[in-house]
Order: sequence, then C-alpha cells, then structure tokens
Amino acid sequence: MLTCDDLTLRQGAFTLRADWSLSPGLTAVIGPSGGGKSTLLSAIAGFLDPASGCVLWDGRNLSGAAPGNRPVTMLFQDNNLFPHLTVAQNAGLGLVPSLRLTKDHSDRVAVALDRVGLAGLGDRKPNALSGGQQSRAALARVLLADRPVVLLDEAFAALGPALRAQMLELVQSILVAAGRTVLMVTHDPADAQNVADNVILVSDGYAHPPQDTGALFADPSPELRRYLGT
Amino acid sequence: MAQRAVAIKAAGPAWVAAALVLALTVGPLVAVAFRAQVGSGLAAGDWAAIRFTIWQAVVSALASVALAIPVARALARRRFRGRAALVMLLGAPFLLPVIVAVLGLLAVFGRGGILNAMLGTIGIDPISIYGAAGVILAHVFFNLPLAVRLILQGWLDIPAERFRLAAQLNAPVWRVLEWPMLVRVLPGTLLVIFLICLTSFAVALTLGGGPRATTVELAIYQAIRFDFDLGRAALLAASQFVLCAVAAVVAWRITPVDGLGGGLDRVVARWDQSPLDWLWLGAVTLFLVTPLAMIVLRGVPGFLDMPASVWTAAGRSIAVAVGSTVISVSLALTVALRGGAIAQVIGVTPLASSALVMGTGLFIIVYPVVSPTVVALPVTMVVNAMLALPFALRVLIPAVQDVRQNYARLAATLNLTGWRGLRIVMLPRLRRPLGFAAGLSAALSMGDLGVIALFATDAQETLPLAMYRLMGAYRMETAASAALLLVALSLLAFWICDKGGRVDADL
Repeated sequence: MLTCDDLTLRQGAFTLRADWSLSPGLTAVIGPSGGGKSTLLSAIAGFLDPASGCVLWDGRNLSGAAPGNRPVTMLFQDNNLFPHLTVAQNAGLGLVPSLRLTKDHSDRVAVALDRVGLAGLGDRKPNALSGGQQSRAALARVLLADRPVVLLDEAFAALGPALRAQMLELVQSILVAAGRTVLMVTHDPADAQNVADNVILVSDGYAHPPQDTGALFADPSPELRRYLGT
Repeated sequence: MAQRAVAIKAAGPAWVAAALVLALTVGPLVAVAFRAQVGSGLAAGDWAAIRFTIWQAVVSALASVALAIPVARALARRRFRGRAALVMLLGAPFLLPVIVAVLGLLAVFGRGGILNAMLGTIGIDPISIYGAAGVILAHVFFNLPLAVRLILQGWLDIPAERFRLAAQLNAPVWRVLEWPMLVRVLPGTLLVIFLICLTSFAVALTLGGGPRATTVELAIYQAIRFDFDLGRAALLAASQFVLCAVAAVVAWRITPVDGLGGGLDRVVARWDQSPLDWLWLGAVTLFLVTPLAMIVLRGVPGFLDMPASVWTAAGRSIAVAVGSTVISVSLALTVALRGGAIAQVIGVTPLASSALVMGTGLFIIVYPVVSPTVVALPVTMVVNAMLALPFALRVLIPAVQDVRQNYARLAATLNLTGWRGLRIVMLPRLRRPLGFAAGLSAALSMGDLGVIALFATDAQETLPLAMYRLMGAYRMETAASAALLLVALSLLAFWICDKGGRVDADL
C-alpha cells in the first residue's frame, strides 16, 4: 500500500497537497499541464523532499531514503537508457548496479528481454533500436529491478498511438498482473479510460484521492469537467 | 530539486585539485610579490615594455577583427567546395606551435622570403619583419582565424527567417541584422585576442626584441636569462599579472565559446552577395596556407638528416606533453565534476597568470633549493598543464552539466552513485569531451615555447626550444625540418586523443 500522508510539496510559489492511499494496480495520473503531476511522482521517487507530511510504503516512512534505496523504480519521458551500454547491460542495471553480471544474472536478463519481445537483441546499443523497442528495453529493466512501485512519467509520450497502446498492454501484462503498484502520468484521458483501474486527478494544487476509473468518468467532478472541457 | 537528485558528485577530490591549482598559480605569484623590488620601481625600459605590450595587443586585436569581419561574412553567405576544409583550417592555428608559424612567416615575409624575392624583381627595397610589424603580423596570423570563427558563429546565430524577412522587405541587412550582431559579438572577440596577445612570449622572442619591440614577457625572460636580476624580473612579473588579471576577468565574463568547428558548417541563405567575398576568402586562404606550405617545402628535404639532438628533444617534448595532458585533464575532470564556484575560479586563475609569470615565481622558489635546469622538464610539464586547464574546463564543464541534466535522475533511481556512477555513467558519457580536452592539452604542451626557455639549457631542450636555437644559429633548413616534425607531433597528439574519444562513443 502506497500512502501519501498529509503530504505537502512546494516548488517556489507552487504548492501541491495529497492525502490518500493507493492499492496495487494501474493508476493513471491526469490533469492540466503545470498542475503538478510530475511533482507528485518526483516526491514519491525521492527527487523532491516534502515540505511537510510523508510518503509511506506498507507503513514504512520513506522520508530521507535516496531514490535508489526506495521500493520505487521510474521511467522518464526520455533518456531511459544509457546510449553507451548494450540493451542487455541497460536491462542488467536493474539487477546489479555495478554491472558485474554473473551467468545467472545474464540468464535472467535474457528471460526479461524475451518477455518484452526483445529476444536476441541484447547485444545491440539503444541507438540501433526503434523508439518502441527502446521503451521495451526500459520496461525489461523495470521488470528486473523488481520494485513494488513503478512510476511512468509520460514514458511513452513520444510513441505513436498504436505503439503506445502496445506498451500499455505490456505494462498491464508484466507489471500490473504481477501485483505491482503502477502510477502512470498521461496527457491522454483515453489512455486512462482504456487501461487504468484508478485515476488520480491533479489540479488546483491538489492530487485528489484515487477513484475508480469507470465511476469517475461516469459522473465527472467539476474539476474533471473543467480539465476535459465537457 | 533535492540535493541527492544530483548524483555522481565528489566534493573531496575537487577541493584537493582546486588547492593544487591555486598553489601552482597563486604560489608563484606570492613568491613574485615577495621578491619584487618595489622600492627601485620600474626602469624607463620596463615602462616602454609595458606600453609596447598594451599597444601591440590593441593593434593586433583591432587588425585581426577588422580583417575577420569580411572573411566571416563571406563564409556565412557562400557555399562552395572546400568550405568545410577552410573552416577546419581556421581551427588549425590553435594547435599550431607558435614557433612553427613564425618560421613559416619568415619564409614568406622574411629577408630571404618569397615576398622580398618578388619585390626584388620589380626593384623595391626588401622589407623587414623584425620588430613591431613582425610581432603584429604573427599575432594577426594566429588570431585572424580565431576572430573569423567567433564572428562566423555570430552570423550563424542569426535566425534564417530574419534574413528572409529582410529580403522580402528590401531592408538593409547590414543595418538591421549584421551590425547589431557585430555590436554584440565584437567586444568579446576583441578582448579575447587582446588577452592572448598580452601574454605573447614566443612571437616577441623570435620577431621582437630591442627597445621598441619588447613585451613584458620578453623583458622578464631577459631579466632572468641575461641579467639574472630576479628582483626586476619579479617586479615585471607582478606588472604583467595585474595587466592579465584585469583583462582575464573581463574576458571570462563576456567571451563567446569557440567549439572548434562544431556547427559552423551551416550556410545562411542570402540574397545580397558580393563578388568581393571570393577575394577575401582567397586572400585569407593564401595568408594561412603559404607559410605552412613553405615549412613543408623547406623541411622535407633535410628531414632525415636532422641531428640526433633534435630527435632527442622531440622525445622530451612527447614526454612533457603526455605528463602535462594527464595532469591537466585529471584536474579539469575533478573540478568539472564538482562544478559551481570553484570550477569558475579554477577556470580563470591560470588565464590571469601567464607562462612567464608562473615561471618566474617557480624559478624564485626552486632557485635557492636546486638548480633550475634540473627541474626544467617537470616545471614545464606542470606550467603547461595549468595553462591548458582553462581550455579543458571550458570543454568539460558544460559536458558534465549535460550528462547530469540527462541522466542524473535515471542514475539515482538505479543506485548508480559515487564511483559506480562515475564508472558506468559519467566517464563513458564524457569520452568525447575528455578526448577533445586531452587533445588540446597535448597539442598546446607539445608546441609550447615559454617557461622551458626560462629554465632549460641544451641538456633539457624540448623540440620548440631546439627549433628556436637552430633559428638563432641561422640553420633555417634544419629548423624547417624540426618545425615539420613539431607540427606533425602536435597534430598527431591532438588526433590520437580526439579520435580515442570518438571511437565507439555512441552519442
């Protein structure tokens, strides 16, 4: 269970508050740009210290824990792979940050690459892959990192609609089905409606509590109406 | 953003590096300050040297920039075969050892040069390039290309849409676009060239001299080598430091960055071209290429007959270059990784302290302990490393910032911090700028004729010093062969390092 306990985040004059808990599954984070979606994810990942309140995982206070020591892994809009490392090495970083991979590690990397549909491409460098394949390689690393919370900060925004749908399916089948808590920032409410179990609306300085996707879109709140323009 | 988001940051080593750099740059200054005989004051000849130093730097800067403007404009608006080669040629003087260029200029403009030979056939008296005219000619040779590159960058920074708009409105491009750009770019360009000429030693040593063409750097050298008057040398060094410090601090703030050819391959589409462009491009190419061609022409025949001492000197130069490259790049990397204010201070300090100023200070420090000739090579290595440091830092600081910007968060989520982050993320991402910085340091050190002249006797002479002595003995053919070897070594050193950073770099 991921909890934002009376959390207040501050960046200059901007303030964002959140006070809720989230169960495993796929949660979409939507809202107007500049509303604080990325700020929320930054705080959960440990890039931004809360002004007050805290983030908890299963009751454990994460305050002060470095990003690499949290039960959290994250994909960004770009630069999710190191261009000078091979795909297998990039994925392997999820297992062993020192990159000293044993035979057993290499086997697990191969299995992960197979699961994301990149079997046999482990020796390539990222620039020899298409955009979709690069996203898959990053997902392989997330899979291997084996952290219970996965944050996707518009990770697939650069992909076309068809590829993005494929990636979301993959997220669904390898991460959500395995019981992980996935938070996904998206600009497209349709993405949220199609795949998300819950939706967090971030607007007006609040990250509103997660709501069931179906219920939320069936009876939109005034904030959501304003964001959707309906 | 929380502090720990900026992963891969080592503070300790950076402070050690900074302390080392300050000790090596400020330490000699302290020695100079203690030794300077303020009571006796500067003699009339010393004031003349200070006046000449400033005057020639002003004239050199103005001449370089005035000639560079039409050349840069021609390059900005003309597309032709060999344009890329010409832009590359404009980058070459930075890597070209000063003494080699001087020898080349002598072969063209000197007493027995091709210009006087041509003048002789039409009955005109030979001209002499020794003295102020020669010093300025050599400075223009070195700085005209730099000025062209900096000004060309200014032209290319004007958005293409503005030229289209001006063409459509039939507006005077010069007044609405080019003049405002030049007003922005020229002060920095003038200042950086002024600063370079202010610390000119090798040019003044070879082409200047005498009461009317002695720079402060040369006067320091003469005070130590000929008069062994350390007090006066120290006083001169202190004056030189004040001159440079003022210019350096101003220059560091307003100087444009020269990426040595990066991005200068674009041509602005223009609707106002003048045939004079070709004249300017032809003239500048001839001016740059002829002296170098003369070195090759005169150097090749005797290349294999050079005395063994020249080859030994080349070996010393290589050793000095390798050592100084290792020192300057590792210091620069350590400081660049830390970033912030220390990086800025370390980047500007050596600029304010010239080779001869540092040399004088170190001479004063070591002289009571050990014979200066014994430490000639290590001192040269260290001083060259310090002088290359600002250039290495200018390459590395933005590169480090780029890596942080793009990969610090990813590295943090993957626990790639400390040494692990350095090994897996930072160093591989920095390969190209590291190679480039190493190449610059190596080439600069290889061709340096500065502090070595102060310390060395025949027994420790490096290749540039050996060349200078050959020229002094009027063995011009052998000097040309040595020049050929020197320029080959400098370019090779740059090429090896730069290539090493590019191979398989995956950017």
